[in-house]
Amino acid sequence: MNLEFTAEEQAFRDEVRAFIAESHPKELGDFGMREDMTREEMVAWHKILGTKGWSVPAWPVEYGGTGWTPTQRYIWSEENARANTFMPLPFGVSMVGPVIYTFGNAEQKAQHLPGIRSGEVWWCQGYSEPGAGSDLASLKTTAVRDGDHYVINGQKTWTTLAQHADWGFFLCRTDPTAKAQEGISFILVDMKTPGVEVKPIKLLDGGYEVNETWLTDVRVPVENLVGVENKGWTYAKFLLAHERSGIAGVARSKRGVEKLREIAANETLDGAPLIKDFDFAKKVSQLEIDLAALEITELRTLAGEQAGKGPGPESSILKIKGTEIQQRLTELTLEAVGTYSAPYYGSIANDTGSNEYAVGPAHAQHAAATYFNMRKTSIYGGSNEIQRNIITKMILGL
Amino acid sequence: MDFNFTEEQDMVRDGLSRLVREQYDWETRRKAIASSAGWRPEVWAQLAELGILGMPFSEADGGFGGGAIDAMVIMEEFGKGLVVEPFVPTVVCAGGFLKHGGTTAQKEEHIGGIVAGSSVFAFAYAEPRGRFDYADLETTAKKDGAGYVINGHKAVVMGAPWASHLIVTARTGGERRDRSGVSVFVVAKDAAGITTRDYVTVDGRRAAEVYFENVSVPADALIGAEGEGLALIELVTDEAIAALCAEACGAMKVAHAMTVEYSRQRKQFGVPIGSFQVLQHRMVDMYTAYETAVSLTYLATLRLGSGEVERKRAVSAAKVGVGQSARLIGQEAVQIHGGNGVTDEYAIGHYFKRLTIFDSEFGNVDHHMKRHVALG
Repeated sequence: MNLEFTAEEQAFRDEVRAFIAESHPKELGDFGMREDMTREEMVAWHKILGTKGWSVPAWPVEYGGTGWTPTQRYIWSEENARANTFMPLPFGVSMVGPVIYTFGNAEQKAQHLPGIRSGEVWWCQGYSEPGAGSDLASLKTTAVRDGDHYVINGQKTWTTLAQHADWGFFLCRTDPTAKAQEGISFILVDMKTPGVEVKPIKLLDGGYEVNETWLTDVRVPVENLVGVENKGWTYAKFLLAHERSGIAGVARSKRGVEKLREIAANETLDGAPLIKDFDFAKKVSQLEIDLAALEITELRTLAGEQAGKGPGPESSILKIKGTEIQQRLTELTLEAVGTYSAPYYGSIANDTGSNEYAVGPAHAQHAAATYFNMRKTSIYGGSNEIQRNIITKMILGL
Repeated sequence: MDFNFTEEQDMVRDGLSRLVREQYDWETRRKAIASSAGWRPEVWAQLAELGILGMPFSEADGGFGGGAIDAMVIMEEFGKGLVVEPFVPTVVCAGGFLKHGGTTAQKEEHIGGIVAGSSVFAFAYAEPRGRFDYADLETTAKKDGAGYVINGHKAVVMGAPWASHLIVTARTGGERRDRSGVSVFVVAKDAAGITTRDYVTVDGRRAAEVYFENVSVPADALIGAEGEGLALIELVTDEAIAALCAEACGAMKVAHAMTVEYSRQRKQFGVPIGSFQVLQHRMVDMYTAYETAVSLTYLATLRLGSGEVERKRAVSAAKVGVGQSARLIGQEAVQIHGGNGVTDEYAIGHYFKRLTIFDSEFGNVDHHMKRHVALG
């Protein structure tokens, strides 16, 4: 047993680090996610990776995957976090893409996989409904067969970044008489189809990243059904398992801790850097300890995957601990900036009509908004309560 | 021992509760905080009329003879409705400085305006590099003839956009962070040399960066003795902390009630989520956190008139305990509301934001834990 990467893996790390240094556009800078990012900015790195052939590393090679081992993919995500790149969004690459190449037909693969790989086509996820959140299977949106079309009616919510979406994948009830998990179908919808309406939801941080999506008599060709009618729940579960792996966000959190240390080195308490304050430093250390535990836990899971074991219910541990750490990180960052946690920086930029932020240090500007925004992480992707239920059932056998 | 409120205090609570319920409903508040003014001067006028703004002043000073317990009752009701109007900066802070340190002339000049609602104050104490140390000042007030000239930059001055006057702390002597050499001044906000940069705060209030450039003030702008202001600042901010703790208790009470109610209404898996024991126990923990916060708020409020050490220990205990409860209740309330908890539309997110910013006002949990430790 050892924790060292092999010489080949080290060489791989050097290669991807050099590639990122050379290819990541300088004008995108080092910002990760910014509230006012344009669609073009969000897909810029995706498109570069598409050209390089690295946009969908986890896919089977025949569909454009890189054939990397799980460890190599881990190194890849670490190096991207280190450079704070804006990675391809998951909706195409990690969600609908794997469903299409696993369960879709040849036409669907030919039509959709290239656009997902290249970053040309933007996808959104139509799962949750106002009355069906953690209890996803209680969804009510219906798709009724009418000749060679489905007619879809219903309302989806929390549709992330649907304002930019070209296509969406929707769970719809096709057999209203079947019990909850049965009678659901997985349907691809062109977002430009008449009857699709996307309304932004303002979040408590002031931003707009999710939407309500209303579907009113939306006519979709039956060819857009993925797999078998009424078997959509199987594909949805398959997709959720994919969604959970990688949700730990270890590499991003490591980068976040570095940033927190920088901020705390620049904030002062009693004339000394805040990071020299034992009470504060202790909390940063606790976070690092939790993160180290999470990292090794994820690596153990990866090693299992490398040995051919698929991600099992233990990936719920990664979701719970990963999101708790992400939230704690934003909480400590907020604490570090002290008095300047209070200004709403959205109002300040608008006041001047320029990009100037004249209030507080630059590092304070996203602290409160990010803290508020990250409360979502323990709610989305199956709330942390649902993850605990999964562990209770699948691992403890209770 | 007596934890009962007086009949007058019950009346104040009932009156304010009605005002908040009838005139400070959620939609009205939402519109007001989004308006260019960001508050409702007519509500302020009404508070003056009801005697709320004059409550904690003695009858001799033109008030109604109330005290810290009355302020606690008032602030708890404000917390329930997330009232943004600047009671703490104006009545508790400026009022406190005048009561405890003001000359007869200063009281005569300013208290009448506060009680009548015509003078609105903000308290400019924080600085960009001072964190929570009231003595860590870069702002200076230099003797100039009979008066002073103030230079400096004050950070996140709550309520400053609405204020007619400012209370400002500045160094008149000594070195940065020295306990001596700190002085307190009252100055009209339109004095020559004062500029502000106004903004909205994440919890829906208004604040400003306030810049002093060669602002001349007369000798009688000084409150208390020159260079001896720190003890006065500590006393007044302890009173402000007790008031803010009461506000947080009001906000926590509502956040908890909303969460319990939501858990009754929201159904998943065919049953209300409130029927899940795991959520029930967490709402019980929230309730316990609320009740202990109320107890610490009582302790702080009732010890404001005690000796310095006893007062500071009680106030720091409250700021630590209420801060911890506020964090727990805010975070859990959002979590139990699920996706709706992170929207702008649901009120719960706004209670969460107010409870978050509470921690950064007048020293956070760590700061007051240190002060508590230092007091032995």
